[in-house]
Amino acid sequence: MSSQRLRLFTFAAPSRFYSLSGSLLPWLWAAAALLAALGLYIGFFVAPTDAQQGESYRIIFIHVPAAWMSMVVYLAMAGWAAIGWIFKARMASMLARALAPSGMVFTLIALATGSFWGKPAWGTWWVWDARLTSELILLFLYVGYIALVEAIDDVRRADHAGALLAIVGAVNVPVIYFSVRWWNTLHQGATITMSAAPKMQGTMLTAMLLLTFAFWAYAFAVVFVRARAIVLEREHDAEWVRGLALPTRVAARTSS
Amino acid sequence: MNWGSAGEFFAMGGYGVYVWGSYGLTAALIGFEAWLTLRRRRRALCDALASASSEAPR
Amino acid sequence: MSPSPSPSLFGALFVRDLRLALRRRTEALLPIGFFVVAVALFPLGVGPEPQTLRQIAPGVIWVCALLAAMLSVSQLYGSDFADGTLEQLLLTGGSTTLMATARATAHWTLTGLPLVVAAPLFGLMFDLSPAALRILALTLLLGTPILSLLGSLGAALTLGLRSAGVLVILIVLPLAIPALIFGTGAVAAVDAGQSAGAHLSLLGALLIVTALGVPPATAAALRIAVE
Repeated sequence: MSSQRLRLFTFAAPSRFYSLSGSLLPWLWAAAALLAALGLYIGFFVAPTDAQQGESYRIIFIHVPAAWMSMVVYLAMAGWAAIGWIFKARMASMLARALAPSGMVFTLIALATGSFWGKPAWGTWWVWDARLTSELILLFLYVGYIALVEAIDDVRRADHAGALLAIVGAVNVPVIYFSVRWWNTLHQGATITMSAAPKMQGTMLTAMLLLTFAFWAYAFAVVFVRARAIVLEREHDAEWVRGLALPTRVAARTSS
Repeated sequence: MNWGSAGEFFAMGGYGVYVWGSYGLTAALIGFEAWLTLRRRRRALCDALASASSEAPR
Repeated sequence: MSPSPSPSLFGALFVRDLRLALRRRTEALLPIGFFVVAVALFPLGVGPEPQTLRQIAPGVIWVCALLAAMLSVSQLYGSDFADGTLEQLLLTGGSTTLMATARATAHWTLTGLPLVVAAPLFGLMFDLSPAALRILALTLLLGTPILSLLGSLGAALTLGLRSAGVLVILIVLPLAIPALIFGTGAVAAVDAGQSAGAHLSLLGALLIVTALGVPPATAAALRIAVE
């Protein structure tokens, strides 16, 4: 019980987050690199060719993890923003702000790889398939959030307004997805769906899962780095920040 | 091993452009994001350091 | 002074907003003007072929209605925020949710309702059948309140910001997509000889959920902006 309270309480302090994340980062980067290497190796050298799609299916090894991450990060962003708003927890709000750009990058990757995957199958660079279209709308949600928080100068107002927008967006996501699927099926003759994922053989699934974990590790790493930057930007007056200056200047680590 | 030669590997059964385009773009986006973020943190630290030392008692 | 009982708070704010808008009649008509011009651009851009126009009509009219609604929404709270009236209103202790609803209703009366009336005229320009026109008007009747409600949330979030106008559009448009899909889908269904029942039910349900869920969110956004 007391350890739980300690955990919540200590995490809430930006200084604690800064040091904790600092020690975790090397492991996160290493994990991301290792998992990616392993996943890619299996994906390219062990997983066989797909009967229907030939070699082009290998794009799913990054398309699907990226799409998952884009959605998970949005929910995490909305969640942390909500916590920051409701409990007035500054660190939670900073985490939310740190998550947004990464979520947007994952969305862009999902859209671009989806496009590359669809081109050989459909002949066009873009298909208004329900999932891709929903992913596009998710991109708009990210852009809206980032645009809003960047436009507000007052940090607390920006955090809270962003939280509200993110929550409204998160609640809307199922509605949007449903309506887009509805839209996709009702236009006559145009039941466009991306070629269904190939029947996943064991090795294909393994590769995809490994890359999913790699993306997770990478996401944690880069979001932590960004959160550390935000902490420094906001807390630069604090005592503990002055204590930081000298050691890190001397030991220039790439883990940052 | 799936590939008979390096040539086959890069050709990806004719889908080379799409596969390597995807992976290349992903690597570029991720690399760019990581670089920008690390730079941001480094800059934030330098700025914090600068303001701290400018206020520190001499 | 005790705070006014709820119904007359709504009424008072609603009437005030209308009165203020009617004092600046030209400004109140700008969204409609935009709508007219924007809708007319499409045949010019796409070509006068009736078949094409009939197909794109519901989508074009809906999207232009959406954009027109968003244009005027920032003014909803803008002037009150600037001169401090908004803060005073929030301090009176009356229900902020009710105030948000009153504002959104006023906006709909000034921008949405005229669009409902005007849109079928444009339906004629695009050679829609009478049945399609009826459904179009109905979907706009159900949909424009949704747009006003979402727009008021956007306005509250972007209160006082320099780029509020564009920001509101960016924020609200993704959220308005379901309404857009159901609204245009209904007209397309009728055009194809099918029933629009399912679309209209969905749109109606969306309206109810929006009317219940968005005003409290707008109230929260107002408090965030003002505190």
